[in-house]
Amino acid sequence: MVNMIRAKQPLGPNVVELVVEAPRIAARARAGQFVVVRLHERGERIPLTLADWDPGRGTITLVVQMVGKSTRELGERFGIGDTIRDVVGPLGSPSAIRRYGTVVCVGGGVGIAPIYPIARALREEGNEVIAVVGARTKDLLLWLDRIAAVSSELHIATDDGTQGVKGVVTIPLQEVLTARKVAHVWAIGPAIMMKFCARTCQEFGVPVTVSLNAIMLDGTGMCGACRVEVGGETRFSCVDGPEFPGDLVNWDLLLSRLGTFTDEERYALERYVAAQGGRL
Amino acid sequence: MIRPTQVPMRERDPRARTNTFDEVPFGYTSDEAREEAARCLQCRDAPCMNGCPVNIHIPKFIREIREGDFEAAIATIKQTNNLPAVCGRVCPQEVQCQAPCTLGRRFEPVAIGRLERFAADWESQHGVRVPEVAPPTGFRIAVVGSGPAGLTCAADLQREGHAVTVFEALHEPGGVLMYGIPEFRLPKRIVQGEIANLRKMGVAIEVNAVIGRTFTVDDLFTEGYEAVFIGTGAGLPQFLGIPGENFVGIYSANEFLTRVNLMRAYLFPDYDTPVKVGTTVAVVGGGNVAMDAARTALRLGAKRVMILYRRTEAEMPARVEEVHHAKEEGVELHVLVNPVRFRGEGGRVVEVECLRMELGEPDGSGRRRPVPVPGSNFVLPVATVIVAIGNQPHPLVPRTTPGLRVAGGGTIWTDEEGATSREGVFAGGDIATGAATVISAMGAGKRSAAAIHRSLTRSRGRA
Ligand SMILES: Cc1cc2nc3c(=O)[nH]c(=O)nc-3n(C[C@H](O)[C@H](O)[C@H](O)COP(=O)(O)OP(=O)(O)OC[C@H]3O[C@@H](n4cnc5c(N)ncnc54)[C@H](O)[C@@H]3O)c2cc1C
Ligand code: FES
Repeated sequence: MVNMIRAKQPLGPNVVELVVEAPRIAARARAGQFVVVRLHERGERIPLTLADWDPGRGTITLVVQMVGKSTRELGERFGIGDTIRDVVGPLGSPSAIRRYGTVVCVGGGVGIAPIYPIARALREEGNEVIAVVGARTKDLLLWLDRIAAVSSELHIATDDGTQGVKGVVTIPLQEVLTARKVAHVWAIGPAIMMKFCARTCQEFGVPVTVSLNAIMLDGTGMCGACRVEVGGETRFSCVDGPEFPGDLVNWDLLLSRLGTFTDEERYALERYVAAQGGRL
Repeated sequence: MIRPTQVPMRERDPRARTNTFDEVPFGYTSDEAREEAARCLQCRDAPCMNGCPVNIHIPKFIREIREGDFEAAIATIKQTNNLPAVCGRVCPQEVQCQAPCTLGRRFEPVAIGRLERFAADWESQHGVRVPEVAPPTGFRIAVVGSGPAGLTCAADLQREGHAVTVFEALHEPGGVLMYGIPEFRLPKRIVQGEIANLRKMGVAIEVNAVIGRTFTVDDLFTEGYEAVFIGTGAGLPQFLGIPGENFVGIYSANEFLTRVNLMRAYLFPDYDTPVKVGTTVAVVGGGNVAMDAARTALRLGAKRVMILYRRTEAEMPARVEEVHHAKEEGVELHVLVNPVRFRGEGGRVVEVECLRMELGEPDGSGRRRPVPVPGSNFVLPVATVIVAIGNQPHPLVPRTTPGLRVAGGGTIWTDEEGATSREGVFAGGDIATGAATVISAMGAGKRSAAAIHRSLTRSRGRA
């Protein structure tokens, strides 16, 4: 059954991995692309970056951080055998995968999952891939085995020092950029993390690609909800992106636009949690 | 004696209706419809028909309404128009069929649109007859996009016995009829009813299929489709390109209306999609889209809604009825005004700075060109801005289909029958003309359906 959840497993507190049957999407997916899902008849359309896909099995893998009403609902109320009402994709422009030489792939928090297929594709293209991953704490690190399998070096940072170096990902990133001649950097994670990675790369004069998690609605370029400013120009992240040169992104604008519906999102979450008889 | 004025159509009270998304006009009763139909002079040369892009036999269906044979009337309309309940509500009749009406030279023209709507609604209350479908031909045809162009093309081809599959990017078919035009003007159950009829005829509809991403046009041929019709519409919103346009609180009309119509944000939190409307709303533009956005904002609780339009009311491209309804509901028209910059606080829009305009010489569209009055800058406080200055052809299919010639403004180039530069690929509706009307999109869908049918039958003849 198309859109049926085939496998589900927790990857840490509030993070869940879902394998969903979606043969058409799996057949065409490229690194860097995303899908839009709508859980049910009353659901909203939410963009989720493809973390993996298997054309042979006809499945896609999504790694979901349960932060808002819809993502909590997906993680908590949808199990193996359940069907997601709508899954559309693959959307967005694929990553520019080619032979760069040595590249660094930085993943922060749940951003570790979508950096994985990019690292894999870069490696398959013959690049040396150095991975840098980070999270607040050890329990929030995920997919280290997969990342290790597609990289020559794996650097880890946690805010509280429970694994790897203590601090943010820019610390190991800086070390790598100092020690090695790096041709290109990819960074995926929270906007703040990407902003600082971009700054670090700029200091070293290394081009950096980031994947912007703008608010989206259709995901096909017809609404402009996802507009971002890159190099002073307005772009639609769902079709022109989601990947853009990190040094040119207007981060303040991205962060403020991400807050467009903060009140509504909080209200929806509280209402959902109350209906579950649970706590936030 | 001929009644000089149209039989009025009863409507929801303007004050009451801004609290609800329920449809504004109630439609004619049978008696009202027959009285209005009796005004028709039954001109032999039927000038009204020339004004109809799909050539409905107007005098005939009006005569049938006058005679009380509503079943015959709807059958007459449906010979050439498969979406009469939609067209009766949204066509700009005043510039189409009603403009050349002979009666209109001395009195008000016959209310053809209202009569069309009456016949269609009568049918939906009395059981819709699904059109007969010819025996299967074995040909498979792909239709891309499920707006009025795609739906019409699909219906006509299916009726000829071809197997049609419609591919739609969104999760619900209907195009602008579903995501753009609001419930209070075109109830969604009407569109859904029309789509259900299409399915009953055997048309397959695949939603969540983005052509250019999920598949390409070339994939469709590889999959065995013998012809492809592209009706992907003008879905790319235009922005003003002025400073501050990306502040929080500034929406494209497409985003605003899609949230409300397709995603039912007006029912948040029962539906998950939010929409936010401040106390003071400015809508930029003067077309149907602007009127729809303004009236929607009122219904979502805005206290003051202003339309900012750079020409005068006379030049507004919106249907007369829409402007009328908007004003009645309390929307303020600020004409000869053009925004030049937005100011924000904490990332949210708080002000729009405008220039006053005056009308100069006529431009290419024949309308007098608005020119700014130097030094006339003034500022309006706003909490929400909706930009409704037009939409451009959706670029995804042209960009991902090699060999498809693109003409001016990003439209797909076609000949009169809708044939594109690619063998077997046809296009019509807003994607080929730029943003236009429901009925012109339907007309294009029809012409392409006829051309596709001819070329397939011919190819079989040769084989
Ligand atoms: C708010 C609003 C109000 C309007 N009011 C009126 C009115 O009162 N009267 C009137 O006559 N006209 C009106 N119009 C204009 C009218 O709606 C359009 O001219 C008409 O809908 C065009 O029809 P279409 O079939 O060409 O395209 P659309 O209705 O735009 O449909 C195109 C469809 O194709 C889909 N699509 C796009 N790209 C892809 C892809 N790559 N793969 C698959 N599917 C795709 C879209 O999702 C959409 O469903 C209005 C328009 C808007 C936006
Ligand atoms: S999400 Fe609508 S244009 Fe990008």
